[in-house]
Amino acid sequence: MSEKPIPRAALNTPQDELSPAESVKRKGFISWLVVGWVAFASATGTFLAMIVRFLFPNVLFEPPQSFKIGFPDDFQIGVVDERFKALRGIWVIRDSEGIYVLSTVCTHLGCTPNWLRTEGKFKCPCHGSGFRKSGINFEGPAPRPLERYRIVLAENGQIIVDKSIKFQQEKGQWSHPEAFLKV
Amino acid sequence: MLDWLKSVVDFISTPSISLTLILLMFPFVFPPTAWFETWHRRLGLHNLWTNRGGLVMFSVITLIFVWGFTDVNFSKILGKPDNVPIMILIYSVFFFLWLAMKSAYENDAHIAAGEPVQEYYPPEDKVLVWPDLVYIELIALILMMVFLLVWSIGLPAPLEEPANPSLSPNPAKAPWYFLGLQEMLVYFDPWLAGVVFPSLIIVGLMAIPYLDSDRKGSGYYSFAGRRTAVFVFLFGWLVLWVFLIVVGTFFRGPNWNFFGPFEEWSVTKVVPLININLSEYVWVKLLRVGLPANPLVRESVGIIMLVLYFGLTPVMLARGKLRPLLDKLGSIRYSLIIFLALAMVLLPIKMYLRWTLNLHYIISIPEAFFNI
Repeated sequence: MSEKPIPRAALNTPQDELSPAESVKRKGFISWLVVGWVAFASATGTFLAMIVRFLFPNVLFEPPQSFKIGFPDDFQIGVVDERFKALRGIWVIRDSEGIYVLSTVCTHLGCTPNWLRTEGKFKCPCHGSGFRKSGINFEGPAPRPLERYRIVLAENGQIIVDKSIKFQQEKGQWSHPEAFLKV
Repeated sequence: MLDWLKSVVDFISTPSISLTLILLMFPFVFPPTAWFETWHRRLGLHNLWTNRGGLVMFSVITLIFVWGFTDVNFSKILGKPDNVPIMILIYSVFFFLWLAMKSAYENDAHIAAGEPVQEYYPPEDKVLVWPDLVYIELIALILMMVFLLVWSIGLPAPLEEPANPSLSPNPAKAPWYFLGLQEMLVYFDPWLAGVVFPSLIIVGLMAIPYLDSDRKGSGYYSFAGRRTAVFVFLFGWLVLWVFLIVVGTFFRGPNWNFFGPFEEWSVTKVVPLININLSEYVWVKLLRVGLPANPLVRESVGIIMLVLYFGLTPVMLARGKLRPLLDKLGSIRYSLIIFLALAMVLLPIKMYLRWTLNLHYIISIPEAFFNI
């Protein structure tokens, strides 16, 4: 006997030999298919919605975006003040005309540049972008200047910095009166 | 004497010089045309892919590393646990390159003599997946696991203090396998060097079997029959990927400045560098009229140049030297291949423009975050 055994399923069994349980009607099959897919889609959709919801927490444990940094006389002319870099992520710079606040986020890929006092520039350690004291980019790949934050005086004479409002030079926003505090 | 040699190595390591040397040497080592092939033979470079050539390459690399470990500054870089993979990479790249090229040259000789290639498996050129291949894979897998376990126990990964968002390490380096991408990011905008180009690399590599349907060299090592294709691939792999990883590892120091391997990584090294956009070159320096207010007008020169680069070059090449390629592949495959090749060559072009002309961006529209 060299013949291979033929599986039962491969044989052409007549329809009437099947038991009622084995013969699934076409209509019933499609409705079960619809039920299954709807259940699957709604479960997946619910999970996705939960994941998206996870991205928006109820409470954010971070320092307030608007805060006071002291009186204008606390800042020396020509000095880049690095006291607020670690906690607030800002540099406060006073020149002969007034005070402005720079973001410490590099506009290339978001590393934190270092202030090199001897060279008078901010230099990013990730891809070598360089910014002048004003925040203008002049070397490396950074496509635009550092962002400035809103700076105003409170009623008691202290400086308020508001990080929720930023001013971008390439959009011409640095001339906004709140981007620069005249002293 | 040794100090003088070190300063020579430092000088040659400057990427503008080392890349130029590599680009000049590359077609002679991997000849893409018959003309280069004759010079390749005349210079004796085919001897690289023999046992003796392999031994010479191995000794030279080892000698450089041994020399490096005797130097105060180079040994600091070589001794970092992060950089061990790079040393393994250099050895393994050269070993497998040598192995493949040696087999290819031997096969080329076989083909020229009308004999079957080494990989031919009589009688029908077929090998069984099970058990022949699967057993080899299993053994390779186990050996690799042993190697990784021994490595990770013997040389623990460096643990550092918790990340501080206000303090980026100086220099801040990507994982070693991404250092080529990080080097690319120095010359291009993040969305281009971080998103578009990596996607193009992946999609382009996946597209190779569909774009290049030549069956020659399929299933066995060969060079003579596919020398241009092998040249283009090795250019992208060895120069634009491996070489840039080596540059990022050994030659990039604090503030992302270039340092020679024997140079001290000084945080205070001053490199005067002012980058200027093409629009500023044209409108301010050449025409002396000041930048136009409309960004599209301002960047029109760069836009025209890039449109010509990607639009006109394929047509010129099709009329000239690459006419046979167009006839063979058809216009769609031809233009896709040329587009991918032009995008690949854009990287060294931009690097040279940055090094020679301090060119910042060819097109610079920061208002829309679009820079090339």
